[in-house]
Amino acid sequence: MTVLVIAEHDNHTLKAATLSTIGAALQVGDEIHVLLAGQGLAAVVDATARIPGVAKVLVAEEVHLAHGLAENLAPLVAGLARRYLHVLAPASTFGKNLLPRVAALIDVAPVSDVIAIESPDTFKRPIYAGNVIATVQSRDSVKLLTVRSTAFSPVPVAGGSAEVETMDPGLDLGQSRFVSRQLTETSRPELDSARVIVSGGRGLGSSEAFKQILEPFADRLGAAIGASRAAVDAGYAPNDCQVGQTGKIVAPQLYFAVGISGAIQHLAGMKDSKVIVAINKDAEAPIFQVADYGLVGDLFELVPELLAQLDVGIGA
Amino acid sequence: MKVMVAVKRVVDFNVKVRCKADGSGVELANVKMAMNPFDEIAVEEAVRLKEAGIASEVVAVSLGAKPCEETLRTALAMGADRAILVESDSELQPLAVAKLLMAVVEREAPQLVLLGKQAIDDDANQTGQMLAALLGWPQGTFASRVELSEGQLKVTREIDGGLETLALALPAIVTADLRLNEPRYVKLPSIMAAKKKPLAVITPQDLGVDVAPRLKQLKVAEPAPRRAGGQVGSVAELVSKLKNEAKVF
Ligand SMILES: Cc1cc2nc3c(=O)[nH]c(=O)nc-3n(C[C@H](O)[C@H](O)[C@H](O)COP(=O)(O)OP(=O)(O)OC[C@H]3O[C@@H](n4cnc5c(N)ncnc54)[C@H](O)[C@@H]3O)c2cc1C
Ligand SMILES: Nc1ncnc2c1ncn2[C@@H]1O[C@H](COP(=O)(O)O)[C@@H](O)[C@H]1O
Repeated sequence: MTVLVIAEHDNHTLKAATLSTIGAALQVGDEIHVLLAGQGLAAVVDATARIPGVAKVLVAEEVHLAHGLAENLAPLVAGLARRYLHVLAPASTFGKNLLPRVAALIDVAPVSDVIAIESPDTFKRPIYAGNVIATVQSRDSVKLLTVRSTAFSPVPVAGGSAEVETMDPGLDLGQSRFVSRQLTETSRPELDSARVIVSGGRGLGSSEAFKQILEPFADRLGAAIGASRAAVDAGYAPNDCQVGQTGKIVAPQLYFAVGISGAIQHLAGMKDSKVIVAINKDAEAPIFQVADYGLVGDLFELVPELLAQLDVGIGA
Repeated sequence: MKVMVAVKRVVDFNVKVRCKADGSGVELANVKMAMNPFDEIAVEEAVRLKEAGIASEVVAVSLGAKPCEETLRTALAMGADRAILVESDSELQPLAVAKLLMAVVEREAPQLVLLGKQAIDDDANQTGQMLAALLGWPQGTFASRVELSEGQLKVTREIDGGLETLALALPAIVTADLRLNEPRYVKLPSIMAAKKKPLAVITPQDLGVDVAPRLKQLKVAEPAPRRAGGQVGSVAELVSKLKNEAKVF
């Protein structure tokens, strides 16, 4: 069975989530086709063609596809989708913006946030902020899925040699226009692929504290920085740091929740982390119910102390 | 300019839901219900557009069983002018909701439809995008800022890497993210006034839409609970345990 994967990329490199999506695709089919739509794609095409399991790379290049506008991209994907039994995209803001639009164009009910593939038509997905896992069966002839990158292993980018096919890029429908993008500049790892994440909550009290307390600690660990909704709403951290039901879903080896109470919406985004450490001055905070190691006390004393001991303890 | 807002009645976000013993669904008896939080944000935005003199009328629409009228009354109390309930006791999945909303849009001819980015019960995050596709309209999903000028809608979107701004032609669909605004607190006089505002009830049959579910929910289960590991007494103990027990360093 051939599966179509819609690649997420920035016209230069593939996003890590695309590699996990291909990992998921290999669980439903044995041959993968990857659609790359954008502009100036030479390097991404080259990388995608080297992924083992990818048989064909479909390339649609034109300026109206450069920014991933759903209005222009959806008809392109819809035109392709009927030739496949499965079409997969990452459950990222890119995939979630696009795939439902494609689905409605071909009258299919998409399945969001797939975390397990039970059979070619049956999938598991979390509902109610991850408090319930639903097993759903699709009766549509084409299955359209967005998949959670935390639930599937990424494929390597080496060893394969796929065929490359150029596609008609379609028309600019002119309904939407890209104006600007402000990406958060950071030299830290990305949240969705970091081994260690240090997240801060309202307990930090200010963006200065986020900088002075959390950042040096994260940098010492080579960690990504996350935040609770309350911390983002208060402006301590940018929106793309939000971890939770309606933010990013993460599953690192080690997750530090600092000054975060542990609301179910936050837990939804991080409770699959391998080891959870919570630092909170309230011994009753719900975060301690999921933490492997809880440290009760004032984060303004404990985090710097932890940083100091790490420097001694694990020999920088 | 007429603005339409879709509001869903969902289990209140503070409730931790439980599965029925037979795994056939989620226990909804005697559970506190409320307007989906993202839809509250969408209503607030619509009402602000009206207060700014940009929107001429705000119409709230809900789809579901009779008690959705309460949710619509909340929208009216927040400042919507009138409400429409598409009453149905069947399960309405996002694709069916999008089709019903499209039929309502065809009757009402709004220039802008606001929805929440996601319903916190099914967590689907699909309906707005599907409605946009069905209507052939542009979509500004996960919006944290909306600006209307000269027949164009500028939407700032919360995306994985940061923020993105798009310019959309009208009519358009916008789905609200958390930071679009902070919904107002409704006061008693507004609640009283809302009782007198018009609320029309129609059915999927009136709209000629087939709402049969496409996805079959085979079962639901609660994920294996994570067990707390207990508290450590000091930073030194934490470092030692992370190193020797968890072996993460
Ligand atoms: C529709 C919806 C979606 C949502 N989505 C998300 C989401 O995706 N992600 C998310 O995180 N939330 C989300 N929320 C919000 C969620 O319900 C909580 O409000 C939020 O997670 C609380 O953030 P917090 O833990 O930082 O703040 P609080 O709950 O205020 O907790 C702050 C914690 O800091 C501790 N503290 C204070 N000072 C100190 C100190 N000096 N030292 C140590 N500890 C200290 C306190 O004891 C407290 O436990 C959502 C809510 C809704 C309604
Ligand atoms: N039954 C419904 N009634 C009214 N609006 C709905 C309904 N279902 C979904 N919506 C709207 O669509 C948005 C996204 O829902 P979903 O795609 O289910 O996550 C919600 O925030 C609502 O604005």
